[in-house]
Amino acid sequence: MSRSFTPKVVTANDLRLGDVVYLTQSGKWSRLHGEAHLFTDEDSANAALASAAAQSLVVVGAYLADAKAGPHGPEPVHFRELFRTRGPSNYAHGKQADLAAAQKVA
Amino acid sequence: MYSYSDFDEGFVRTRVAQFAGQVARRLDGSLTEEEFRPLRLMNGLYLQLHAYMLRVAIPYGTLSPRQMRQLAMIADTYDKGYGHFTTRQNIQFNWPKLPDVPAILGALADVEMHAIQTSGNCVRNVTADHFAGAAADEIEDPRPYAELLRQWSMDHPEFQFLPRKFKIAITGSPHDRAVTRAHDIGLRMVRNSAGESGFEVIVGGGLGRTPMLGHVVRQFLPIADLLPYVEAVLSVYNTLGRRDNKYKARIKITVHETGAAEITRMVEERFVETRAQFGGADQALLADIRAAFAPPAFRNADTAAYDAAYRTDGAFRAWADTNLSAHRVDGYAIVTVSLKAHGDTPGDATGAQMRVLADLAETYGHSDLRISHEQNVILPHVHKSDLPAVYAALKAAGLATANIGLLSDIIACPGMDYCSLATARSIPVAQELALHFKALDLEHDIGPIKLKISGCINACGHHHVGHIGILGLDRAGVENYQITLGGDGSETAAIGEKIGPGFAYDEVTPAIERLLRAYLELRLEAGESFINAYRRLGPAPFKAALYGTGDHLDAA
Repeated sequence: MSRSFTPKVVTANDLRLGDVVYLTQSGKWSRLHGEAHLFTDEDSANAALASAAAQSLVVVGAYLADAKAGPHGPEPVHFRELFRTRGPSNYAHGKQADLAAAQKVA
Repeated sequence: MYSYSDFDEGFVRTRVAQFAGQVARRLDGSLTEEEFRPLRLMNGLYLQLHAYMLRVAIPYGTLSPRQMRQLAMIADTYDKGYGHFTTRQNIQFNWPKLPDVPAILGALADVEMHAIQTSGNCVRNVTADHFAGAAADEIEDPRPYAELLRQWSMDHPEFQFLPRKFKIAITGSPHDRAVTRAHDIGLRMVRNSAGESGFEVIVGGGLGRTPMLGHVVRQFLPIADLLPYVEAVLSVYNTLGRRDNKYKARIKITVHETGAAEITRMVEERFVETRAQFGGADQALLADIRAAFAPPAFRNADTAAYDAAYRTDGAFRAWADTNLSAHRVDGYAIVTVSLKAHGDTPGDATGAQMRVLADLAETYGHSDLRISHEQNVILPHVHKSDLPAVYAALKAAGLATANIGLLSDIIACPGMDYCSLATARSIPVAQELALHFKALDLEHDIGPIKLKISGCINACGHHHVGHIGILGLDRAGVENYQITLGGDGSETAAIGEKIGPGFAYDEVTPAIERLLRAYLELRLEAGESFINAYRRLGPAPFKAALYGTGDHLDAA
């Protein structure tokens, strides 16, 4: 029996902006963790990581991060990844501000 | 202050142009990230948690008003309106965009600044006592020697690929405000029996994973021998240093494994060779550099305006009591401007605040500004009669917090709010502690104390040398904070002792409150500081208070 695999998302930083991005099912990059594709087997996760790493004109530092299924898409497991979904805790900067601004426009 | 020579100017401009080309080639795919990464790190550009981070050197912590205004411009134009001053007398911009970085480096070059050697296994920014040239207890201004070391180490071909990074700190005062014992090389100015000034040379100090205090390898080094001796130290380290294991690669491990006596012997042996290679050009250069650090034209005026404000204005008096230090010239004071307003991020200044500081330095401070390793800004030369006006301007800019040397004057590294190496957050821990003790109104009762927080084992927050040190770790996927007590970064340097198991994020502030309430009960009198009480009593009563395991008075 194969050892159990913790589901993963592929995450990286945008090459130009540095912002945290996640690989979606369509192979595009999203700013939102909930839009990430959740890989539930090791082979497909590794294959996705390899193809993500090859997109070196778009992203930098791609890696696999543990995640779990949630009502609004994948959710981070570790606190570091949770912080990456929103930005720093001392200022409303980064994703949390960008997302709030986007919601205001919508 | 020192102004760039044509050589400095040409070197920095060339590097900016090179890096602009490298960024363009990374963006068009000519360079892979693997190829680009060492190039961007050589220019101080890191990739952090949420964005890139640009680390800019502030050599020996000295800034002119013009430079400070340019940092403000960069913060407002290319970042989010602020900058973060660090324990290595650097400033970090947390949100630069990669395509903008060449323009930022160009703007820095316009004011004789750069980000070169703020990363990598080379000699990093040489740090100095932030009261240099002003301190009442100073033997000599150490900054000409720091500048000489900066020029010597910049792009030094032999020392660009050391086993690991290398940090030099220098002080000209017996009271060590530069943490010299915790640096790869620490230089303390001393006088010999003939009354000549020279350096005590300390090698092999460092914090991080394996904290160690440095060893004195030379009691007295004549000034003229500074560069050949430092070069001998680097040369021995470059040969012996462990390149097989990153965690054993710093010179502190080399000294520990080889033995201080043997390292001293090897350095002295190598020094015979290096000294013969220096033909005196360094001393001619030093003479020029010295002229650039001539003291300002101090004025002689009465201090009546200061005396009156001190008598009548309680808020001014409270600020003066904590934020002023003795100046070597009568009628002057050293002003430490706190970047630790309760609840704010330690070390952060907005662009607007930077401009206020630049204006104050220009108007009242002989155009001199310093950044301290304790993440504050110093106006080193202010005539006392100008202090009421300086205080009023600082207050209007949110910069008049009267807490220097008190509990809320916390060193905190960026931690997991920014740093990709961090294992836990530091900033919100500092914010909560400052707000909590302000609400309790206990800071002034507690008195002088050094509280320092790091968000990982690398110890950028100097927690090992805090009277109270807090180290944030990841314990099985949860933030956990280990507390050390009894550390000291001054001339009586000591590494703090780990007291026991760590605390959860929300347990830290209550634990520190228990600890400090115990101290208030245990101290002999109000004048016995926390560190002195700790040294007198040892860890037991403080441990009992920290863990609430019993009566700390019994333990005492």
